[in-house]
Amino acid sequence: MDVKTGFFYVFSLVLLFAAFRVITARNPVHAVLYLMLSFSQASAIWLLLKAEFLAITLVLVYLGAVMVLFLFVVMMLDIKIDSLKQSFWKHFPLGATLGAIVVLEMSAVLLSGFKVSESPKALLVLGQAQELSNTKELGKLLYTQYVYPIQVAAVILLVAMIAAIALTLRERKDSKAIDASLQVRVKAADRLQVLSMEPTRAAPPPSTAPESVPASAAPEVKS
Amino acid sequence: MTLTLGHFLTLGAMLFAVAVVGIFLNRKNLIVLLMAVELMLLAVNMNFVAFSHYLGDMHGQVFVFFILTVAAAESAIGLAILVLLFRNKSNINVDELQTLKG
Repeated sequence: MDVKTGFFYVFSLVLLFAAFRVITARNPVHAVLYLMLSFSQASAIWLLLKAEFLAITLVLVYLGAVMVLFLFVVMMLDIKIDSLKQSFWKHFPLGATLGAIVVLEMSAVLLSGFKVSESPKALLVLGQAQELSNTKELGKLLYTQYVYPIQVAAVILLVAMIAAIALTLRERKDSKAIDASLQVRVKAADRLQVLSMEPTRAAPPPSTAPESVPASAAPEVKS
Repeated sequence: MTLTLGHFLTLGAMLFAVAVVGIFLNRKNLIVLLMAVELMLLAVNMNFVAFSHYLGDMHGQVFVFFILTVAAAESAIGLAILVLLFRNKSNINVDELQTLKG
């Protein structure tokens, strides 16, 4: 058992423990912190697999941006944990059974079926490839063969940004700010209303004989 | 005993199973559901990177790059929806999301 295998087992154990704590932690803040731990362990495992660029990207993008976003949202929301944890253990037997079946079957198939160690052939391909660094090689692929997918990915990120802003943006109800476009678009008719009224108006009828004045003769005021 | 492709694939499978169990357990807590989805994507990415290394093919790592992009967009929009939900209902209990009567 060489050093690399030992490191693999250490990282895997910490990763699985952290993932288990993510789904069982009572406090959501603890869950996010354990998720950060599991992502860092995954990035270490990717370093064992010589995928340096992706490992560093995982640390920068996930630990640096996405997890901070999660943490920010979790801390901003006032979550009542007790009501969310009521039926927590009710589904545990079913979930554990399902998970155990998945793990047992997959490991039985995968451990026996994929005995590909770093075979000479694969190492040959890798050896030819690894004259360049992992980052340089990935960059060459991304900017030659995958130029259009990269642009699509950029558009997806742009759409995500616009959607997140549009979803959460709200104006204060008591804001006194003036909408400039409304001011520009206003017409004279919106501000000034000309009423047509009769120049003279009959005197109000005396209250002693209200029945002498027909109702139709009452002055009409157009509003 | 050297590392084979099966080791990494098994690790990915176990991570995926943990995430599935997490979805079963935390059916009410929307934010832990989002985290379980992130764990699932991590397991899938692990498989991609392992295959890419052992088969000597860089295209798998390119694919992981795109999955990371989409996952970041997904979590950003998901958290935005979560904030909006909390603003309207002042909790994030999934059982109370029955406005559509589905």
